[in-house]
Amino acid sequence: MDITSLKSWELREKILKKEISSYEVTEAFLEKIDEVEDEINAFITIDAERALESAKIVDQKIMEGKKVGILAGLPVAIKDNIMTKNLRTTCASKMLEHYVPPYNATVIEKIRIEDGIIIGKANMDEFAMGGSTETSYFGPTKNPRNKSVVAGGSSGGSAAAIAAQEAAFSLGTDTGGSIRQPASYCGVVGVKPTYGLVSRYGVVPMSNSLDQVGVFGKDVKDAYIALKSIAGFDPLDATSSKKYSLEDINFEEISLKGLRIALPKEYDELRVEGDQKIREIFENKLRVFENNGAIIEYVSLPYLKYALETYYLISTAEVSTNLSRFDGIRYGHRALEYNTLDELYINSRTEGFGEETKRRIMMGTYALSQGYKDEHYKKALKIRTLIKDDYDRVFQNFDVILSVTSPILPFPFDSVINSPVDMYKADTYTVPVNLAGLCAISVPMGEVDNLPVGLQITANRFNEKKLFTAAYGYERSAK
Amino acid sequence: MSYKTLVGLEIHVELMTERKMFCNCKNEFGAMPNTNVCPVCLGLPGALPVMDKEAVEYAIMAGIAFNCEIDRTIIMDRKSYFYPDLTKGYQISQSDFPLCKGGFLEIDSEEGAKKIRLERIHIEEDTGKQIHTDNGTTLLDFNRSGVPLIEIVTKPDINSAEEARLFLEKLKNTIKYIGVSDVKMEEGSLRCDVNINVIDEENNIKSNISEIKNLNSFKSVVKAIEYEEKRHIELLNSGKNTEKETRRFNELTGETILMRKKFQASDYRYQFEGDLTPIHLSDDWIKQIESSMPELPDQKKKRFIEQYKITEYDASVLTQSKELSIFYEELASLIGDSKLAANWIMTDVLRRLKEEDKEISELNLTAQSLAELLNFVKSGKINNNTAKKVLREMLETNETATSIIEKHGLIQISDEDELERIIDEVISENQQSIEDFKNGKDRALGFLMGQIMKKTKGKANPNTANKILIDKINGN
Repeated sequence: MDITSLKSWELREKILKKEISSYEVTEAFLEKIDEVEDEINAFITIDAERALESAKIVDQKIMEGKKVGILAGLPVAIKDNIMTKNLRTTCASKMLEHYVPPYNATVIEKIRIEDGIIIGKANMDEFAMGGSTETSYFGPTKNPRNKSVVAGGSSGGSAAAIAAQEAAFSLGTDTGGSIRQPASYCGVVGVKPTYGLVSRYGVVPMSNSLDQVGVFGKDVKDAYIALKSIAGFDPLDATSSKKYSLEDINFEEISLKGLRIALPKEYDELRVEGDQKIREIFENKLRVFENNGAIIEYVSLPYLKYALETYYLISTAEVSTNLSRFDGIRYGHRALEYNTLDELYINSRTEGFGEETKRRIMMGTYALSQGYKDEHYKKALKIRTLIKDDYDRVFQNFDVILSVTSPILPFPFDSVINSPVDMYKADTYTVPVNLAGLCAISVPMGEVDNLPVGLQITANRFNEKKLFTAAYGYERSAK
Repeated sequence: MSYKTLVGLEIHVELMTERKMFCNCKNEFGAMPNTNVCPVCLGLPGALPVMDKEAVEYAIMAGIAFNCEIDRTIIMDRKSYFYPDLTKGYQISQSDFPLCKGGFLEIDSEEGAKKIRLERIHIEEDTGKQIHTDNGTTLLDFNRSGVPLIEIVTKPDINSAEEARLFLEKLKNTIKYIGVSDVKMEEGSLRCDVNINVIDEENNIKSNISEIKNLNSFKSVVKAIEYEEKRHIELLNSGKNTEKETRRFNELTGETILMRKKFQASDYRYQFEGDLTPIHLSDDWIKQIESSMPELPDQKKKRFIEQYKITEYDASVLTQSKELSIFYEELASLIGDSKLAANWIMTDVLRRLKEEDKEISELNLTAQSLAELLNFVKSGKINNNTAKKVLREMLETNETATSIIEKHGLIQISDEDELERIIDEVISENQQSIEDFKNGKDRALGFLMGQIMKKTKGKANPNTANKILIDKINGN
């Protein structure tokens, strides 16, 4: 039995039935890491010793017949922008190369309560900025499905860790597609929950009004279990919802019958060059929904066409302030040479941040500057509201919206990293979801040129139940 | 040319909440450096702020006390700048939507009551503290980082250094009344910057605004304004003008020194603080705060006039500080005589406070101990002059009135037989004065009473003695 190839929900049952121990499972995944990691580079830091220790404790609990958490001793990979106490957390940046946090993010506390085993810290684009994990200070992550292409980003390490069977689940963060796009590229399931469903406390923000912690799994049920373990109100995060949590779902009862699906017309106008083959698969897969009784209709979201510009104005503006605390004073990289206080700041930040990070800080600073703020940042905030209104209107009559996750295939290394605007365009279908604070999932829908492509399902705020219904209904029927 | 001085003040007040503004750390002054800190107030990666309810409540109380309009939605902003004592590279503050708008505070200026209008009061977090050591290194203490502040901004309605002082006294007093801050300038819980220029309205000539920082006492504020007034006028008179700049007050020389010129307004790139969702305040809660507000100085003054039948001037002085007003009310109730209580505080007690530059709480005197003394006066056991002497001794030795009076045997002689004996002596020794009095020289009576007091070492009950004396003279 290849333990690492099993779905997490299968492993979970075996552990609970004492057919296999958490220790054995953890060991198997660590062995897999040893085997593939040199090539894949999904991890920045691996925490084998403590992982095995934790697994022993869970096994002990099971032996003693005590209640065990939902993650039941399964190994989890954590994106390296999520604070793990006493375990280095770098944000894939030279700035935090040696940073060991003194506290845990709330999601980490929850994972520990639910008996998840933290196996290591996953690679990512520096400070979550990028769509290929190529901006990582620790080198890019290779796509396990085809090592000559990128794993996507910014949560590329978290997606690759699942595809390469290096972890049972993983956590990522999604600001404009950073979970869904790598999930699509690596052929795994990735969920970006509703803004406010999961605590952001202890998660290094890129754009705090857009960021949300989410999960990766081999299939929809795996993703659900992972999300269940971290969702819920957190008094330490003022933006987390008191009112909503992740509902229980009985997967056996799920049906696509009567599911109301919307297809935004505007997506046709926003198509990018060379997406023909991806588009064909998508149209093919629509039949899976129709054949199972779903109703599909075209709708209009007129403001979608401004989503990309709006996203880059708001996100970079927030980046510029969110990254201000990395100043070389209290922690992180400090330049060795400086004569004045200003030089200390400038040299530390110049040396500590990579190119893409600096580019976005500059764009954001510009967008917020006097004389530009009204026509850039403030206007973007207004359009964001209009986009939200568009979605609200659609969700009055529909359950989910379908689209491709990414209009472009996983690309070869160094191919787009030097043309940022092209790279930004790949986010066309994913960013509106963050602007409106909705939830979305990417599920594998097939292959083009032997590379995985993903289907994106979007549901209304705090309607994760519909999201999982559509995703699981599709996954089961598409087999 | 005659110039009018225009002064606007920016005042920061630290709120005395239990906890810091955005985390659970204790808000206390004087703790060991960096002991009241956590990921949030240290600005560690990933930490998030959560608004403290008490901070909002205190700020609203200040807004109500200063007659402001309270906004029903709290929107916080990030104010970006780099400084070592600022942990996040931005301060969480308020820009376009201050919690409190407008408002005013009335001062008793030389020309009578005057309203100083407020621009706004907003809430924000305090920064850490830099400590520069002798060897050139700088230490950072983040205990203060994240302590809640209100920033009170006045309109340029203040026209003199004295008005600025009166305004600050009244502001400090009012905040003490509502108890949201200890407003100690020396501990930094009250900080004040001055914006000043002068204007010749007739000829429409005005100087450019100077901002004065590093003012550590009300005296410094007064001196800085006086210095700047002179500097601005002198420059204008010589055909020049001031420049828009920030200056620093030097306490030793009493002068202001250029810190930096303001070529353009600082760009703080204000941005909505998305980590704190807008907080909506219910009318009910504001009403609840309003109804639980302690009495404010002006309200108390009005009540004192009505309830205690004292003069407006006395009421105004007695309500100038919260402690003094409490002291007065306690005293009035203990001795059952509001006028006697007012007289004693207005004269002897206040003189003492002024002489020693102290607060009432710093004297060896409580309302109880003063009441004990005044009850001797009321019951006629000692006279006013003796009581004044006893009070002085009480303040110096911290002994009770009773023990001082007993120790020196100061109880008045009210016994008529004994007084008659003494008065007979005085009459026989001063026949000339008796004649004078009979001839209409009223002054002579005073002299005779003086002689009686001399013989009794001031212990004669003046009323009884006076009566016996007159009876005896007339009876003769």
